[in-house]
Amino acid sequence: MALAKELALFRRTKSLETEIDDFLDKLSESGMVFEHAVKLYLSDGRTEEFDEKLRHVNELESTADRLRRSVETQLYAETLIPESRGDVLGLLENLDSVLNLFEGALWSFSIETPDIPSEYHADYAALTEIAVQGVESLVLASRAFFRNIAAVSDHMHKVMHYEKEADKVSTKLKRAIFAADLPLSHKVHLRDFVEHIDNVADRAEDVADRLTIYAIKRTV
Amino acid sequence: MEIAVLLFLTSGLFLGWALGGNDAANVFGTAVGTQMIRFTTAAVICSVFVVLGAVISGAGPAETLGRLGAVNALAGSFMAAFSAALAVYVMTRFGLPVSTTQAIVGGILGWNLFSETVTDTNVLFKILSTWVICPVLAAVFAMVLFKMVTAYLRASKLHLLRRDAYTRLGLILAGAFGAYSLGANNIANVVGVFVASSPFSDFSVFGLATFTAAQQLFLIGALAIAVGVLTYSKRVMLTVGSGLMPLSPVAAWVVVVAHSLVLILFASEGLERMLAANGLPTIPLVPVSSSQAVVGAVLGIGILKGGRGIRWNVLGGIGMGWVLTPLLAGLVCFIGLFFLQNVFGQTVYRPVPYVLSEPVLERLERAGVKTDRLGELRGQAFSSARRFRQALGERMALNGDDEAKFMAYAEVDPMAIDPARLPDLETSRLSAGQVQAVRGLTGRTFLHTWMLAEALARESGEWRPREKTTENKAHNRRLRKKLDFVFRTFRVGE
Repeated sequence: MALAKELALFRRTKSLETEIDDFLDKLSESGMVFEHAVKLYLSDGRTEEFDEKLRHVNELESTADRLRRSVETQLYAETLIPESRGDVLGLLENLDSVLNLFEGALWSFSIETPDIPSEYHADYAALTEIAVQGVESLVLASRAFFRNIAAVSDHMHKVMHYEKEADKVSTKLKRAIFAADLPLSHKVHLRDFVEHIDNVADRAEDVADRLTIYAIKRTV
Repeated sequence: MEIAVLLFLTSGLFLGWALGGNDAANVFGTAVGTQMIRFTTAAVICSVFVVLGAVISGAGPAETLGRLGAVNALAGSFMAAFSAALAVYVMTRFGLPVSTTQAIVGGILGWNLFSETVTDTNVLFKILSTWVICPVLAAVFAMVLFKMVTAYLRASKLHLLRRDAYTRLGLILAGAFGAYSLGANNIANVVGVFVASSPFSDFSVFGLATFTAAQQLFLIGALAIAVGVLTYSKRVMLTVGSGLMPLSPVAAWVVVVAHSLVLILFASEGLERMLAANGLPTIPLVPVSSSQAVVGAVLGIGILKGGRGIRWNVLGGIGMGWVLTPLLAGLVCFIGLFFLQNVFGQTVYRPVPYVLSEPVLERLERAGVKTDRLGELRGQAFSSARRFRQALGERMALNGDDEAKFMAYAEVDPMAIDPARLPDLETSRLSAGQVQAVRGLTGRTFLHTWMLAEALARESGEWRPREKTTENKAHNRRLRKKLDFVFRTFRVGE
């Protein structure tokens, strides 16, 4: 009886594995779309194409939400991996918050349509690239957590590195903005958007810190 | 069966219950403690496999325990088991690590002392040495297994979910194996002392298999263990995680498997035969402590991890348990036997007299023992083993082997081949030729067991022991068991 239940467990495990993989795919994909969308905005402003990207990220976000809830319910309802289901849950929720930041930033671009002077475009683009790379490394670290725990640290230090790089670029950018001859309201608006993007890198680092602890707990 | 018989068995059942309550946690503790397996699942699997292990493979260690001291009266068995159970209870009360194995050995030694039976030092040493070997072996097994498992996990890159599912299945299988080995190895502790005074007799199940008296005893003892598991082990299981070292589920699996391998190693007659067949040295079949095997395995993993997080004082406690538990049980047993005999008028042992009659002396000479210095001891009888040994010791210096021969051949154990008891043989495991040989001796009486054994050997080749080699060890043990059965059947006064 117990054995039959265990065998059913293996089948369920397989579908859960796929769902978790899908969730990570969505996060990674939304990073790429985000980068594309910001670059589009920098070159052309809020265009139809930009709004299309925003809708795409929206969809990715809701799909990821659905996947996350499904995984969570199964983990608890079917009493799967009681040892570390709390950690898996925490990881998924934290990763989801990164996705929310992507979505939130794009909405802000869409609603507030900030006027970004062209001399800052290169730095905004660089900051976006770095933040997205940080998230990409975080996704790789999360995949490693599930499949090959020893490799988690290989990706982890990259997340930290990108966060530091993002800090440097954002500080430089903010200094340049506030040194410029612009109205204060414009400066503050520009700074908000630097922070929207920089927050993604910061959040990725926070999640990576947690992941480090989960990984240590799992090492036998 | 008389009510008194059941009453006397209760102490064994009490001991079995205590063992079930405590030792099931060794097998399923971490799995239940980490919620990998539900308690009811664990308890049911554990109970079933304990019973299977006890009935199928419990005989080896029980026999060794029987040789330490053949407690030959039911009231004596009661006291030995009761003192062991009490020692376990007291030690647990004071939070000291305790093993039923050590307690029962103490109880038997207490009985030996009271009944003036001579303790076989070879057997005692064999048992004592396994107490040290058992945790060490468990540690080695755990280290090797842990290395292998971690290497496999690293190489296989299993998904975390899949790995946990496997771990869970592994914990269930390892738990079942652990429960089986626990039953096989530790049933001797629970009812081993009752084997020599067993109130049961062999019977045949639809002519297909024989259910021996010992197996019936094991079944009852195992059921007591199962009841202990179902009623009392939950609390122990839930607290076991905080014991020696925090363990991950994979490490817990390694611990359970290493523990079970050690226990089955010291219990399996099949394994012994296999080793012997390949000309390898055999492992003594001895009841060992399940808790200490677990401690050894956990330490093994702790050492692999660089020795951090190990509470070394727990080790000191275990060492102390080796001394304290048998001492306590022995003392309680001795005092208890005194009261049982003198206050309650119970027969706590059947006196075993010794005699140096002509046939005995002649048999000793044949066995290569010099008897010329015995002087006036020739022809004398002695009321107990201790007095006999004392008398011998005053006369001559004996080495261990010679002493064992004196004890074996001079022991008086009168038997008569009573035709009324012959039908008992039909349902036993004896071969047709063997039964025929016993029939051939109908009406004759024997003063010593060896006399009957030799008479049977003369009657039929099927009763002749083979040459003493490792390969023949198992055959000779089976023969000895059959002889024991014949002795039991025809013993005068049983």
